Amino acid sequence: MNSQLPAEFRVVVDKERCRRCKRCVLNCSFGTLRFENGVVADDRNCVACHRCATYCPENAITIERNPLAYKYNEHWTEEHRKNILKQAEQGGMLLTGMGNDKPYFSYFDHMVLDACQVTNPSIDPLREPMELRTYLGSKPDALEFEETPNGLRLKTKMPPQVKLETPIVFAPMSFGSISLNAHKALAMAAKELGILMNTGEGGLHKELYPYRDHIIVQVASGRFGVNREYLNNGVMVEIKIGQGAKPGIGGHLPGEKVNQEVSETRMIPVGTDALSPAPHHDIYSIEDLAQLIYALKEATGYEKPVCVKIAAVHNVAAIASGIARAGADVIYLDGFRGGTGAAPTIIRDHLGIPIELAIAAVDDRLRQEGIRNRVSIIAAGGIRHSGDIAKAIALGADAVAIGTAALIAMGCRLCQKCYTGKCAWGIATQNPELVRRLDPEVAAERLVNLIRGWSLELKEILGALGVNAIESLRGSRERLRGVGIDAQALKILGIKHAGL
Amino acid sequence: MIIDAKGIYYRQLNEMIKEAVEAGETDIVLQNVNGQRYIGTNLGRPVNITIHGVPGNDLGAFMDGPTIVVHGNGQDAIGNTMNSGKIVVHGHAGDVLGYGMRGGKLFIRGNVGYRVGIHMKEYKKQVPVLIVGGTAGAFLGEYMAGGCLIVLGLNTREGEPLAGDYLGTGMHGGVIYLRGQVDQERLGKEVAVFDVDEDDRKLLEKHLSEYCSDLGLSLDEVMSRPFVKLLPVSSRPYGRLYVY
Repeated sequence: MNSQLPAEFRVVVDKERCRRCKRCVLNCSFGTLRFENGVVADDRNCVACHRCATYCPENAITIERNPLAYKYNEHWTEEHRKNILKQAEQGGMLLTGMGNDKPYFSYFDHMVLDACQVTNPSIDPLREPMELRTYLGSKPDALEFEETPNGLRLKTKMPPQVKLETPIVFAPMSFGSISLNAHKALAMAAKELGILMNTGEGGLHKELYPYRDHIIVQVASGRFGVNREYLNNGVMVEIKIGQGAKPGIGGHLPGEKVNQEVSETRMIPVGTDALSPAPHHDIYSIEDLAQLIYALKEATGYEKPVCVKIAAVHNVAAIASGIARAGADVIYLDGFRGGTGAAPTIIRDHLGIPIELAIAAVDDRLRQEGIRNRVSIIAAGGIRHSGDIAKAIALGADAVAIGTAALIAMGCRLCQKCYTGKCAWGIATQNPELVRRLDPEVAAERLVNLIRGWSLELKEILGALGVNAIESLRGSRERLRGVGIDAQALKILGIKHAGL
Repeated sequence: MIIDAKGIYYRQLNEMIKEAVEAGETDIVLQNVNGQRYIGTNLGRPVNITIHGVPGNDLGAFMDGPTIVVHGNGQDAIGNTMNSGKIVVHGHAGDVLGYGMRGGKLFIRGNVGYRVGIHMKEYKKQVPVLIVGGTAGAFLGEYMAGGCLIVLGLNTREGEPLAGDYLGTGMHGGVIYLRGQVDQERLGKEVAVFDVDEDDRKLLEKHLSEYCSDLGLSLDEVMSRPFVKLLPVSSRPYGRLYVY
């Protein structure tokens, strides 16, 4: 069927500036640009990935939103009308990539942090020590010490802990959904920074084994690449129940992306679809979850914390309580802004709840039940800067996970076309020509720079708050205030309105 | 080496087995096993474990190498995400057997419960084989991506179904052999029934002679009834779902 859909963008090439070097044509991976006595654009294919514009030596390219006017309609927006046209032409579910982009109310943007003035002095982190180190893992209910000739000794046997030099981990993104070079960059940066990367559900490529001290290995419903060797090649094992971008639904890596290397890592034949069922079919209850948690502990000699990742949904507090009681050491909460390589748009944009509310609700519930110490909380789903991190931690998170921000640092332009496998930046693709574009060392350096910058900012925030350790901010909601948040949400967040 | 498992908590029992294996034991007999979970999970060597009693859930989960023989019934989730090795159960077994199993063999003499063989897969030389002597519950071989699942229906009454509903739903790889007929309405829409050919017969004989020898059955008798096979009708059951 011929498409009636108008182009979303227009590629405008300044004919006077263009020297006809064709670099833009070579760089375009979406088939928009070609050369016919000059650069010609098929605007319908443009996704605004900015690859051509970035690499044009003459700055001759601009990408514009197609100004084609739609008759104004508050209810039937342009987007709704285009989606209906698209589905009417092709049938099927709308597919998208990255996180929920809809204008839901952002609690992060309506919370502010405190700062010291006069009576309680602030601290200058440039001159005084400032502690960001964070340990993920279950903490005992109490500590017992014993006297020895060499002084006091900790008698309590500590459950396994994983050290982070800054309260940030990279979010799970599988090799398959992203390229091996992207995976390498994340692993290299995690090692350099003293933090963790996460395999996602795609197994662990052998080239990443040297980074094992900085890797969380994930076990999801498809169990791809999961064996004892894999489980013991990370410092933490994560059971993925759900994902913020697509709560309650499975995953589907199309056979075209399962090349030789993806095949070896996932341990499935080349070219076969990798289907991850929506639920783990061996987990239909909290008791079943407990069974898998302890199966993983048995398989790893009780030496590694086991994390359970869930999407933030209704009743998340009760679910988290169940997970803590099932024996998890870490709970990973993924809010509705969380990213994905591919998800039905309608799921991404309409299921799940904001991470800010989920953190507060879970932290409250676990405290009320006296089991908050049993688990660490990783919060994720739309963390954009160190301010979001400080707020998430003040609400009760132990650390945050960043996926989208890490991808942007590596070059991602949020064009949301990850699922096409055509990523012009060499990130969400398995096409060797495109993968080559991402130099893992350069990408790792960019990641290190980003996390270094955020860590410095976190120290400044702590200094302004007059505390010298991230531990002092954790769950300290008194240091947060809401601006323009309604009474019910303030109650859930456990914070006062600004001015009080 | 004999270990009396009576009254011993699973974590301690598995630690004792592990220590024995590390000390060089290759044949371990467990007496009075009564519901202890995860036996064989923490072992990475090809040792032999004989169990008397009923082992608990997740017997041989993530297992890589050992051979376990159970003289008694098994419970749920036997061979969960198993990589290699072999488990033989002389009695019946529960639900969710061989979930995500990638290699090794799982032989059950009696009947099995629901959700057996879900998302079994294969990789290179690793081709898991799951054989059920009796009948299976619903969702057998759901999402199956590889490997070989055989249901024999030994000792079944005339007309008694070999497997429950939703047989092979979402199957996109591997093969299921049934010793007898299957009602069309029990099948998932992603599979179809085919006659067995000479190659199938050879494969069946290979797997079933091992099964029969392990469980003291007559191969001739097992092979005396006709088999059918189920194959996925598409390796891409979930293509054409999306709009780009």
